[in-house]
Amino acid sequence: METLEGILSEHPFFSGLEERYLKLAVGCASNVRFDAGEFIFREGEEANHFYLIREGKVALEIFAPSRGSLTIQTLEDGEILGWSWLIPPYQWRFDARAVETTRAIALDGRCLRAKCEEDHDLGYELLKRFASILGHRLDATRFQLLDIYGVAI
Amino acid sequence: MQLDFSFWIFMALPFDLNIARSEPMLPRPFSVKQVVRDTHDTFTLKLQPKGESVAPAFAPGQFNMLYVFGAGEVPISISGDPSKPKTLVHTTRAVGMVTKAMSSLRRGDVIGVRGPFGSCWPLEESAGKDVVIVAGGIGLAPLRPAVYHLLSQREKYGKVALLYGTRSPNDILFKQELEQWRARFDFDVFVTVDRGIDGWRGSVGVVTTLIPRAPFDPAGAVALLCGPEVMMRFTVMELQKRGIAADRIYLSLERNMKCAVGFCGRCQFGPSFICKDGPVFRYDAIRDLFGKREI
Repeated sequence: METLEGILSEHPFFSGLEERYLKLAVGCASNVRFDAGEFIFREGEEANHFYLIREGKVALEIFAPSRGSLTIQTLEDGEILGWSWLIPPYQWRFDARAVETTRAIALDGRCLRAKCEEDHDLGYELLKRFASILGHRLDATRFQLLDIYGVAI
Repeated sequence: MQLDFSFWIFMALPFDLNIARSEPMLPRPFSVKQVVRDTHDTFTLKLQPKGESVAPAFAPGQFNMLYVFGAGEVPISISGDPSKPKTLVHTTRAVGMVTKAMSSLRRGDVIGVRGPFGSCWPLEESAGKDVVIVAGGIGLAPLRPAVYHLLSQREKYGKVALLYGTRSPNDILFKQELEQWRARFDFDVFVTVDRGIDGWRGSVGVVTTLIPRAPFDPAGAVALLCGPEVMMRFTVMELQKRGIAADRIYLSLERNMKCAVGFCGRCQFGPSFICKDGPVFRYDAIRDLFGKREI
C-alpha cells in the first residue's frame, strides 16, 4: 500500500525538498475523497488547505448571476489545487467542484503557515514552488485571454 | 561540351525540377463530391478529380492550392487519409474571401487544384518512437493524415498521443473521429477547451496544460505541432521543459502563399520558403527565426 510519505516524496511538487520538511508536510497531510458534483471549497471561504489531486478532475468555477457557474480551468491527476491558503487574506478566490469522483491528498495550510513563520527556509521553499505554479497559471490565463483560435494570430 | 537548355533550368531553379516538369502552375479540375459542415465556421470538402479515378498521392502534412474560380486561390492542408487516394479531402475555416466562397460550393461544383506541395511530417523517421501530436484549433486538420498513418501502422510506433486544444466545445473538429480514437486502447487522446459551456464535462484550460499529463517518454519521443503560432511557441516551451529535444519537435507553419513552388517569394521565412521548404519544419532549423516579429 502506498504511504502518504511515498506519494508526496514522488510528486514533482515536493521534489528536492529536505527530508525534515517532507516529514513535516506528511504530518500535515491526509487522504480525502470527493464525489462528482461535490464542492471542495467555495469562493470567499477561509482557505486552509491545498490539495494534491491523485485521481479525478476538479473544476475551478466562478459564479456569475446572469450566466451561472463558469468553469475557468480544470485540474486533473497530479496537479496542485489551491494557493490562497498561502497568501493573505487566506480566502478562496473561486469555487472548486469535483467533476468526477476525485481522490486527493489534503495538506493543512494553517499548520504549514505556522511552520513557515517559524522556519523561513521552509517558507521560502514552499513559496518558490507555489510561485512556479502561479506563473504557469498566469501564463495559461494570458494564453486563454488571447483567444488564439478565434482570430488568426 | 554543349549543355542543353534543361541543364541550365535545373541549375537555376530553386525548387524540385520534377514539380516544374509536372506543370505545377496549372490547376486541375476536381468536382466537389461532398461538403461536410464540421463546426459553425469550418467545413470539409471531399473532391474527386474530373476525368481521372485517382487523386495525386500526397504525404501527411502537405497542402494543395485550391482555386475557386472567380474568387481566387488559397493554400489548404490536406486533411484526408493518404491510403485512400480516390478522394482528396480538405478542411478549412471560412475566414477570407476565397474560403468564404469555397464554403458555398455544392456537390458537383468544380474547383481547381494544384499540388500537392511542401514537406511532410517525419512519420517514417519516427518509427519505433513515441509520437506526441499537439494540435490547436483548425491545426488538427493537417495532422489528421498523420494520425491516419500512425493508426494504420500502429505496431511500428511506441506510445501515440494526441493533445488537442480549441476555443470551446462547439469548435471541436472531427468530434466523431475523436470519440472513436479515444475509445482505442493504443491511442491516448486528450481534448481541452479554452472556454467551457454548460454541460461540458471535459477539460478546460489551454492545450499546453495537457503536456505534463500525456504518457510519452521524452527521451526519444517525436512531437508534431500545428496551430496558431502563439500556441506553438508556448507548446515548444512546455515540450522542451518535459524533455523533448529541439531536433525532435516538428511544426507546420502558415504564411500567405501565391505560387507554392518557391518562385514568388510571398511566403519567405528567413532563408526558406514555407511553400517549398515547409510547411513542416524541424524546430531546431527555424528556432532563431520562429516568433521573431520582423520575419
